[in-house]
Amino acid sequence: QGKFTLLRDTRTDGSFLVHHFLSFYLRAGCKVCFVALLQSFSHYNIVAQKLGVSLTAAKERGQLVFLEGLKSCLDLLFGEEEKQSGQSSPLQFISESASDLKALFDFVRTSLTPTGSDSWKGPVLLVDDLSVLLSLGATPVAVLDFIHYCRVTVCYQLKGNIVVLVHSNEDSEDEENELIVNSLCHHSDLILWVEGLATGFCKDVHGQIKIIRRVSLELTAEQDLVQIYQYKIQDKNVTFFARGLSAAVL
Amino acid sequence: LVFTEEDKYGLYSNLLFKYFLAEGVVCGHDLFVASAKEHPDNILKELPAPLLDDTYRNERGEEATAVKSEDFQDSMKIAWRYQNLPKVEASPTTSTKFGHYYDVSKTMSPELFQSIKWHSFYLPEELSSQPKMKTRNMNSAYSRLLQSIQRIIYQEGFDGSDPQKKLKNILRIGIQSLGSMLWGDDICSSDTPEHIHSLTKFLYVLRGLLRKSLSACIITVPAHLIQNKAIMERVTNLSDMVVGLESFIGSERETNPLYKDYHGLVHVQQIPRLNSLICDVSDTKDLAFRLKRKLFTIERLHLPPDLSDTVSRTSKQDLAESAKLLSSGCGAMAIGKKHLDF
Repeated sequence: QGKFTLLRDTRTDGSFLVHHFLSFYLRAGCKVCFVALLQSFSHYNIVAQKLGVSLTAAKERGQLVFLEGLKSCLDLLFGEEEKQSGQSSPLQFISESASDLKALFDFVRTSLTPTGSDSWKGPVLLVDDLSVLLSLGATPVAVLDFIHYCRVTVCYQLKGNIVVLVHSNEDSEDEENELIVNSLCHHSDLILWVEGLATGFCKDVHGQIKIIRRVSLELTAEQDLVQIYQYKIQDKNVTFFARGLSAAVL
Repeated sequence: LVFTEEDKYGLYSNLLFKYFLAEGVVCGHDLFVASAKEHPDNILKELPAPLLDDTYRNERGEEATAVKSEDFQDSMKIAWRYQNLPKVEASPTTSTKFGHYYDVSKTMSPELFQSIKWHSFYLPEELSSQPKMKTRNMNSAYSRLLQSIQRIIYQEGFDGSDPQKKLKNILRIGIQSLGSMLWGDDICSSDTPEHIHSLTKFLYVLRGLLRKSLSACIITVPAHLIQNKAIMERVTNLSDMVVGLESFIGSERETNPLYKDYHGLVHVQQIPRLNSLICDVSDTKDLAFRLKRKLFTIERLHLPPDLSDTVSRTSKQDLAESAKLLSSGCGAMAIGKKHLDF
């Protein structure tokens, strides 16, 4: 409870972790607010069905609040004037010069604050992915503020969890992105770092995942626990194995 | 969303662009062509002619339509690069034959255009016809282009909003030289551009439009002119497929014996990962292209045979270096000379 998990990918696509966490939390009966900025709803739905969860059903019974960033953005820019006078879009920072993400935070807060009739276990905020906010014009400070506010509300007040995906590159020239990633790394309880193999592309091993449990944050003078595995993604599953022991080699 | 990084002189990326549009004409898709430097009418006049005499074409045409009817989903369709070009030689991975062959030395005859509807967006004309437009915190040229695309999608029913329009067709959008100065964007001319978010915002909204409708889009961008690499990283993140074309013209690789049969390299930086956990990776990542008199082919890069001992002494080192540089995969890059992990 109250954990902040950072999903980080370098030189490869870590979105399979997002799909995993989404179906994991939905199956556990948690109320999930999914800020999906990069792909459409049907993409996540199709993959979730392969993993055994129906997103449409979850949405209908109120367990899943789905913000489809692409659609919201289109409604904001091309929608008629009448619709916008009543509610403000969570992504309104795109079309306004004020670049704070307060509207987005309000959206998250209202969707995860439990109402009287809710019986879900623990709220969860899932974001895919944070780096897109920078592409849309938000400043790094605004993004960090947004995460901070979300942490206070979701992790501390509501005792829920947050899972956020970011992209990073070791020799990246995107300084704003690196700033955000480094800052989030320091504040995360668990970091899942997915990397492409340093030696190049391989058909049987798609990459390696580093699991860092930030025990050092608990002030017990212990160091972080780091575990490294390699993985291969299949159609409905991901298999993990120790380094060098992929099925192709054995 | 297919994002193409242009080669230095724009020759080959233009060719890919025209292939994309030509395939649209032959398949009966609607076209939307946008450009700031060349009038779309001229672009369309120069599309390569399909090889109609080829006996393969009929079979392939049937197979192509059969595949497409399976692919018709409500959300989007991706244009595979391989759809427009002759099959990759010496590569058994793609067993279904996509697309058609084109003859680059001839242009497409106007009769073929008559069956399709095409829309154009030529920036100088648009600017003069409607001088004032709401821009909503975005580069005005991009804003106009987005509004134009959105209008066409809505009016022609590509987004399924009009239940009366039963005919499910695809809109192929081609945008040429995006990000160049002609579009009013300064990312190609300065290191710290003022409107750093214009291109990325544009791509995000375009992505939304594509996801919402039956359309596919190819964009060519003069990536070699963009100084700020952070933008390229963000753009790669926002696109489904990123292909870079590197031509050998004027570079030292032109005389390198490695590459004597080819005109350039194809770098596949990213391939789409849609509706599934994995993406379809092919076995090889080293692709090169060449432009023969009639055909534009993309092949696996074959290293020429090592013929003599003395020559190979120095060039073997180069070969090894280049071979390492070439093996860049679906997001995984070879760095330096690290040993294999296992």
